[in-house]
Amino acid sequence: MSEETLSPEQLVQIDYTPSKKNWLDPTVEFRKGTYCYSGVAKHVKYLDLPNPREWQPTDSDWKLPPDWKQIILDGMKERLEKYRSFRLFMDICVRCGACADKCHFYVGSGDPKNMPVMRAELLRSVYRRYFTAAGKLGKLAGARDLDEGVLKEWFYYFYQCTECRRCSVFCPYGIDTAEITMIGRELLNLVGCNINWVIEPVSNCFRTGNHLGIQPHGFKDSMEFAAEDLEEITGIKIEPPINKKGAEILFIIPSADYFASPHYYTLLGYMLLFKEIGLDYTFSAFAGEGGNFGLFTSHEMIKRLNAKIYEEAKRLGVKWILGGECGHMWRVMHQYMDTMNGPADFLEEPVSPLTGTRFENALSTKMVHICEFTADLIKNNKLKIDASRNNHRKVTFHDSCNPARALGLFEEPRYILRKACNYFYEMPENTIREQTFCCGAGAGLGTDENLEMRMRGGFPRANAVKYVHDKYGVNLLSCICAIDKATLPTLMDYWVPGVEVGGVHELLANALVIEGERERTTDLRGDEMEQSGAETTDA
Amino acid sequence: MPTFEVDGRTYQVDEDGFLENPEIWDENVAKDFASSEGVDDLTEDHWKVIRYIRKYYLEFGIAPMIRKLCKESGFKLNEIYQLFPSGPAKGACKLAGLPKPTGCV
Repeated sequence: MSEETLSPEQLVQIDYTPSKKNWLDPTVEFRKGTYCYSGVAKHVKYLDLPNPREWQPTDSDWKLPPDWKQIILDGMKERLEKYRSFRLFMDICVRCGACADKCHFYVGSGDPKNMPVMRAELLRSVYRRYFTAAGKLGKLAGARDLDEGVLKEWFYYFYQCTECRRCSVFCPYGIDTAEITMIGRELLNLVGCNINWVIEPVSNCFRTGNHLGIQPHGFKDSMEFAAEDLEEITGIKIEPPINKKGAEILFIIPSADYFASPHYYTLLGYMLLFKEIGLDYTFSAFAGEGGNFGLFTSHEMIKRLNAKIYEEAKRLGVKWILGGECGHMWRVMHQYMDTMNGPADFLEEPVSPLTGTRFENALSTKMVHICEFTADLIKNNKLKIDASRNNHRKVTFHDSCNPARALGLFEEPRYILRKACNYFYEMPENTIREQTFCCGAGAGLGTDENLEMRMRGGFPRANAVKYVHDKYGVNLLSCICAIDKATLPTLMDYWVPGVEVGGVHELLANALVIEGERERTTDLRGDEMEQSGAETTDA
Repeated sequence: MPTFEVDGRTYQVDEDGFLENPEIWDENVAKDFASSEGVDDLTEDHWKVIRYIRKYYLEFGIAPMIRKLCKESGFKLNEIYQLFPSGPAKGACKLAGLPKPTGCV
C-alpha cells in the first residue's frame, strides 16, 4: 500500500451529497488510484484491435482516430440492431432509482454517476440524441452530443463497473446493467480505448491459452510441482494427467490456480479429491484457462477466447467438461458458450461416474461446476470427511458475483463447507447469495494503480466480513473465484486485518480423509491444525 | 514510454516501473532497481532469490509459483517479504527483470 493511499479512516468518510454540477457536464478527473492504465500498444496490435498507440487516460490528447465519432455512432447503431436487449435497456428505464444505492462503487464512493441508473444514462443520453425523436429537443430531453468529454467520461465510469449485476437484481424491469457496461466498453474498444489489465491477459490468452502467458512446459512444471507438494503433505503419490486423450472428463481451471497464492491451495484441493475418488480426468495445457477477459472487452472477443474449450474437448475425445473455482467463466459458460461456440453435440450428457447422478442442468453446455459435482459426492456418501481438521478456521462464504447471479449456485458451496468445517458463519443476508456484494475488483479492475477505487468498491463486502469477524471470530473468507482470491486478500488487509482468503476445495481437501495417507498435522498451507479429538464422520 | 533513471543510466519501464525489455537484464539492473523497491543493500540472500527467479524465467518465460520459489530458495514467504518489502511478485520479480504478471493474480 503506497503512502499516497488514503487510510481506512479517511476513506470511510464518504460524502453522499451530490455535486451541484449539471449531470450533463461530462468532465471527470483522472486521479491516481481511481483509474486503470491504458492497453499497451503491442497487446492491442497483437489482437488486431483498432488504434494501437501510446497514451494514458491522464493525457489531454487521447490520439483518437479522426473519424472516431462516426465509428462510435456506427458501432452503436450496429449494436442496437444486433442486440435487442441493448435497445430495450436504452428505452425502458424509467429512472425509478431502485438500483441507485445497490452498487458497491456508489456505496463506497458517493459519486452519483456510479449509481447504475446514472452510469447507464451516460450512454443513454447519447442514444437519445442520435437515435430517438425526442432527442431532437436536446438537453431538455436529457440528450447530449457525443464529444471527447463524453467519451472520457464513459471510459472513467465503464471501467468503474465490475459487471457484477447486483443492481439488476433490484431493477423492476430487469435491466441488466452489466450488459450496458459491456456495450459501453465494446464501443470504447472500437476507437482503441481499453485498459491494460484486460488487454494484456486477453492477448496472452489468445497466444498461449491462459491469461498469464504460461507455455505448455511451464504448465507441466507447475502441475508436477503441485503433485510433489501433495505427496510431501499426505504421502500419496499423484501423477497429474495433462492432455490425456480418451479421459472421461476435461477439467478447466483458472490459470491463477497454478500460479498465484492462495489460489494454488485450491489446485491442491482438486488434485487430492480426484485422486481419492479415482476420477478419470485430464487437465489441458491448451485449454488452461477458464477465465475469459474477452467478457470485459467485446462479444467477439469472448467467442475467440472461449473456442478452445470445446475444441480441446473434441480433440481429447472426452465425454463432458468439469469446471473449477473460476468466477466470470461461469457467466460465459452458462450464458454464451452454447450459442457462441456450440452446440457441443459431440459430448455426452454429464453423468457423475461415482454416483450416477445426471447433471440435467448442464444438458446443453455439457459443463458442470465442481461444487455441484463435489456436493453430489458428499450427498451420496462417497467421501470420508474429518471436519475437525478445519477447526483452526472460522469460515464465512463470499458468493462470487457470477457463480451466484449468472449461474444461481448458492447451495452447493455451502453444503460442502458445512460438511468440511465445524465453524461456518453466514454474513448478513442482504450481502450474500443473489444479493452478494462484489469484491470491488472484477471485470479487469483488479490492478494496483486502481487501488483506491478497489478499496471503495470492496467496502460493502469488507464491512459484512467485519461483522462476522467481530461477532464470531471469522478468520477465513472462502470463495470460488480466482479474481476474488487475488483481490480479497488486499481488501481484507485494508479493512479487516486478520482474515485470510481461501477456496472451497482447499477447505474440503484439508478435511478429506484419504486412504493410505500419513497423519496430517498441518493443512494444505502448512499451517498447524488444532490438536483435538478427531470427529470423523462419514458425511 | 516512462523511464527509470539512476546514476545517469536510463531504463525504459512500464507504468509500474518494470523493465520494458526483460532481455537486457544483467545484475547491474537489479542493483539499480533495488532502491525503488525499498531494498537498501543486496545481500547474498537477495541474490539467491533473484537468481532463482531469473533462471526460472529464462527457462519457462514466467515467474515461478510463489510456493515453488519458497521451496526451491529455502526461504519462507515472510522471509521473502523481509528481503523484498513489496513481495515476491512485485519487488523480487522487478529486480530480476521480469514483466509484471497479469490476470486473476
